[in-house]
Amino acid sequence: MDERMKEFARRARAEGLVDVAYTETDSPVGRLLLAATRRGLVRVAFERDRLDQLLEDLAERLSPRVLEAPAELDDVRRELDEYFEGRRHEFDLPLDWSLTTGEFRRRILERTARIPYGETASYRDVATAAGNERAVRAAGTALGANPSGYGGGLEAKRFLLDLESGRARVA
Amino acid sequence: MPTSRSTGVKLPPFQLLLDRHSGELFRFLAASVGPVDAEDAFQETFLSALRAYPKLRDASNLRAWLFQIAHRKALDVHRGRARRPIPVEELPEVATGVDGGEREPQLWRAVRRLPDKQRTAVFLRFAADLDYAQIGAALDCSEPAARQNVRAGLATIRKGWAHG
Repeated sequence: MDERMKEFARRARAEGLVDVAYTETDSPVGRLLLAATRRGLVRVAFERDRLDQLLEDLAERLSPRVLEAPAELDDVRRELDEYFEGRRHEFDLPLDWSLTTGEFRRRILERTARIPYGETASYRDVATAAGNERAVRAAGTALGANPSGYGGGLEAKRFLLDLESGRARVA
Repeated sequence: MPTSRSTGVKLPPFQLLLDRHSGELFRFLAASVGPVDAEDAFQETFLSALRAYPKLRDASNLRAWLFQIAHRKALDVHRGRARRPIPVEELPEVATGVDGGEREPQLWRAVRRLPDKQRTAVFLRFAADLDYAQIGAALDCSEPAARQNVRAGLATIRKGWAHG
């Protein structure tokens, strides 16, 4: 970003005109898009060459006032970096749930977020914890459609499992 | 282009407008008000645009819409100068950095002296490379009127040039 754009992001933010701030960041599982509203982190997505599409989706579902404003996501980036370095086991960030539609979906995601670091749970476990043990498929769908997106592929999944079990080696 | 009657206009993420048009809008403003005032006019242009953006009802010509705002900001600068005529105008022009201005400082100075509408029309045509329909959209006038403003502006410059 050049100085003129940084100045613009700064002034737009000071005037309260940024509804969705985003930045891109590199991680061991690929390039990520991070987006936040005034309420908190609203989306983390595997970018995989579809940045334009991701931004369009945010513009359509949240607000067209989508602006690249890396300073707004400093905390998120820091916590993610610490996580990928194996130094952070819990996140401490305000979240904006507005992209999660449906009460059951939200419960599924909240339950999933409570799975302790380094442990795993089946869709059935999560569905049961969310109050409906027969909703296994719905749990799977909710997790597949979660705004954090599990489009990372098996490699990313493997990496994360290894990271949390202490087997991964970060280059 | 047929007018779509879809409910709710689909607006692209604002960042896309910045990525696509910030360069040419800055060049337009630099040519119109000079590189120093252009910095502020640029910020004002995009802040105004961002303020109005979610309520925009027509997304078919966002580029012309941005130039329309930039045109108004440039007018503000010109009017501000007219209200307080400071000796800066008398200083010899140091042509630096602005493309166009760099190569032909006298020519761009002549353009800057044109009446508002002609000046902007000429800049939009030759500094921003907009077609006449887009200039019309930016100036809130018809396509033929846009063409006429460019033609009249060029005629005035040519006259001044010949007598110059």
